[in-house]
Amino acid sequence: MDKFSTHTGIAVPLRRSNVDTDQIIPAVYLKRVTRTGFEDGLFAAWRNDETFVLNQAAYEKGSILVAGPDFGTGSSREHAVWALQNYGFKVVIGSRFGDIFRGNSGKAGLVVAEVGTDVVEKLWEIAESEPGIEFTVDLHHCTIEAADNVFAFTIDDYTRQRLLEGLDDIAVTLQHADAITAYEATRPSFLPRTIPAKIAG
Amino acid sequence: MICKLYAAETYVHHSFSNGVPMGKTLSDKVWDNHVVRTAAGEPDLLYIDLHLVHEVTSPQAFDGLRLAGRPVRRTDLTLATEDHNTPTINILAPIADPVSKVQVDTLRGNAAEFGVRIHSLGDLDQGVVHIIGPQLGLTQPGLTVVCGDSHTSTHGAFGALAFGIGTSEVEHVLATQTLTQARPKTMAVNVNGELPHGVTAKDIVLTLIAKVGTGGGQGYVVEYRGSTIEALSMEGRMTICNMSIEWGAKAGMMAPDETTFAYLKGRPHAPEGADWDEAVAYWKTLYTDTDAVFDAQVDIDATQLAPFVTWGTNPGQGVPLSATVPSPEEFTDPVDRSAAERALTYMDLVAGTPMRDIHVDTVFLGSCTNGRIEDLRLAASVIAGHKVADGVRMLVVPGSARVRLQAMAEGLDKVFTAAGAEWREAGCSMCLGMNPDQLAPGERSASTSNRNFEGRQGKGGRTHLVSPPVAAATAIRGTLSSPADL
Ligand code: SF4
Repeated sequence: MDKFSTHTGIAVPLRRSNVDTDQIIPAVYLKRVTRTGFEDGLFAAWRNDETFVLNQAAYEKGSILVAGPDFGTGSSREHAVWALQNYGFKVVIGSRFGDIFRGNSGKAGLVVAEVGTDVVEKLWEIAESEPGIEFTVDLHHCTIEAADNVFAFTIDDYTRQRLLEGLDDIAVTLQHADAITAYEATRPSFLPRTIPAKIAG
Repeated sequence: MICKLYAAETYVHHSFSNGVPMGKTLSDKVWDNHVVRTAAGEPDLLYIDLHLVHEVTSPQAFDGLRLAGRPVRRTDLTLATEDHNTPTINILAPIADPVSKVQVDTLRGNAAEFGVRIHSLGDLDQGVVHIIGPQLGLTQPGLTVVCGDSHTSTHGAFGALAFGIGTSEVEHVLATQTLTQARPKTMAVNVNGELPHGVTAKDIVLTLIAKVGTGGGQGYVVEYRGSTIEALSMEGRMTICNMSIEWGAKAGMMAPDETTFAYLKGRPHAPEGADWDEAVAYWKTLYTDTDAVFDAQVDIDATQLAPFVTWGTNPGQGVPLSATVPSPEEFTDPVDRSAAERALTYMDLVAGTPMRDIHVDTVFLGSCTNGRIEDLRLAASVIAGHKVADGVRMLVVPGSARVRLQAMAEGLDKVFTAAGAEWREAGCSMCLGMNPDQLAPGERSASTSNRNFEGRQGKGGRTHLVSPPVAAATAIRGTLSSPADL
C-alpha cells in the first residue's frame, strides 16, 4: 500500500444519504477477478443521469468525495472501495459510514474522514458555490482545508498510522506468528475442521 | 492533539467498572476466548475458527497470496462454495455468462491450488455460503466465523461471533487465520411476548430496522434475547441474525440453548461422543452474565407485531402490511425526508396508497435470509391448492442443494409447480441478480431476501422485502398480501 500524507484535489459534493455499496458499484460489475477496472461500475445507475454530479465537467476529475450520512452501508464488497480508487478518489468525507466499508477503505488505502453533519453541509456549500474547487486533506494533522476554512476530521489512530506508513497488514501480523502458533496449541479438540469432509459430496 | 481517537471507547474492556469485576456479555466471552494478542492503543488480534469463501470476494485475495508466495495457513478451517454467480437452471451446462464463468473457474482453480475444500455447482453440499455452514454443522456456538460477505452475521444465531469482511481481510485470514479487530460496543435487543399468528422472525427484524434505522447498530455487536427469541427455531433465529447488517450492526448473536444443541446433534461436522459432551459443557457457558452491562438496549414487544413490508429503497423504510405508503412530510429529519422522496420516486409509489393495493410482477422466495427448509414449508403451506396470479412470476430458489432435496422429499416442489411457480436450483439468484435471475427495469418484486436497494435485483427493479408467508400470499393475489387475506 502507498503511503498517504496529504492530498489536494477537486471536491465532489454527493448530496445523498444511505449510499449503500450496491449504489457505489452494482453486483453485475463485481465479476472481475482483478483489483482494477472497476471505475466503469462506480455509481453506474446514476452515471446515465446527466445531472449527476460526476457527469458535470467541473467535478469529473474529482478525488475527494463529500458524502451524506450512512455512506457505504450494506454489502461487504471491497470492490466499492476499488471502484472509488480506480476512478481517482483518494478521500471520502462524511458523517457516518458502514463499518465494513470503513474497514475495507483503511486496508486498501482510501482515507475515510469523519466529520459532523454541519461540516458536511459547509463542505457541500463550498464545493457547490465554486465547482471544481480543490480541498486539501492532511492526514498528519487530520484537517481538511476548503477555501479559507480548516476543519478537523476524525479517523481511528491505528488506521491513520498504517495509512501514513503504508504498512502491509499481513506482514505486520506475521511478525506475531509465534503468538498465533501458541494460541493454536490451546484450541480444544472438539472444534470443527472442514477437512476431511464428512459428507457424500 | 487534533486527531481524536475515534474508536477509543472500543478499546475499553467491559468487564471492569471502577476496578470492580463485572459479568461478561456473550459477545465479550467469545471475543476474550479468541484474543491472540492484545496491546494498548491497538486493535486485538483475533483468531478465526471458520473462514467461508465464495467466488466474488476471493479472487483478489488468492492473487495476493500468490504474489507474496504465502500459503493458506489453515485449509482445515476454510471452506469454499459457489453461490453468487451460479445459474439456477441447467446447472451442469457451462455457465453461459463468460465473466461469471471466469469467476467461478477462478475459485475452483484457487481451491485446487491452495488445497481448500470446495462445494461446486452440482455437488450435494453446494449452496448459499450462509446456509451450508450451519447445515454441515460447521457453524457452532462460541466460534469466530468470517466470510467475505456481509450476511455472515447469520451464523451468530448459534452463539458464534460472525461478521462480514472485505477482500483484503479475506487475504489476511487466509494467510494468518487471524484478524485485527477493535472491540465493538455491545447492545441488547430484548424481544419478549408471544408472536401473533402469521407473524414471523422476518417481521420482527423488519420492524426493528424500521424502528432504529439502517445506521442504528453501527459499532455494536448485538445480542437478541428474550422469550420470543428463545421460542424461535434455528431457522427463525438465523433470519434475524442474518439481517443484523441491515441496521449496521457488526454482528448479531443469540445465546445457544437446547434448540441450538438439538439442531447441531448428528450433523456431519458436529462433535461426537466425548467431544460432544465437552462441547456442550462449553456451549452452556455461553450466555450473558446477569450482572453484565450492555452499552445500549432496545425493547420490542412481540405481541404488538404484524406482517411487515418495505415500501422504500433501504430495509429501514418499512411499515405494517395494513398501513399505507408514508408521505415524506411524515419524516421530521430532513435527511430521512429527502431519502423518502427519492425512494418514492424510484419505487414509483404515491403516498397514501394502501400497501395491500401494490401490484407485483415477481415473487422471489429464497436467499440466506429465507431460503431454508422451514421457509419453504411455510410458503408451501400457504400456496397449496392456490394458483399464482396471472401475470405474476414466482421463483422458488432453495438456499442449498440439500434444502432443495429435502423439500423435494417432502413434495414441496410439487406444491409450488402445481401453483405455477418456478422450482429452481440452489444459489443466491435474484437476491442480488448477479446471475440471469433479475428484475427487468421497472419491474416490482415481493422478495424474501434482505435488501431493497435501488437496482439490487436488477437495474431499475423495485423490491419490497417480505416474509415467506407474505411472499406466498402475494403470489396468489398479485398484490402485497398476507395469508389472512386469502
Ligand atoms: S443470498 Fe443474497 S444476501 Fe445471501 S449471500 Fe447470497 S447474495 Fe448475499
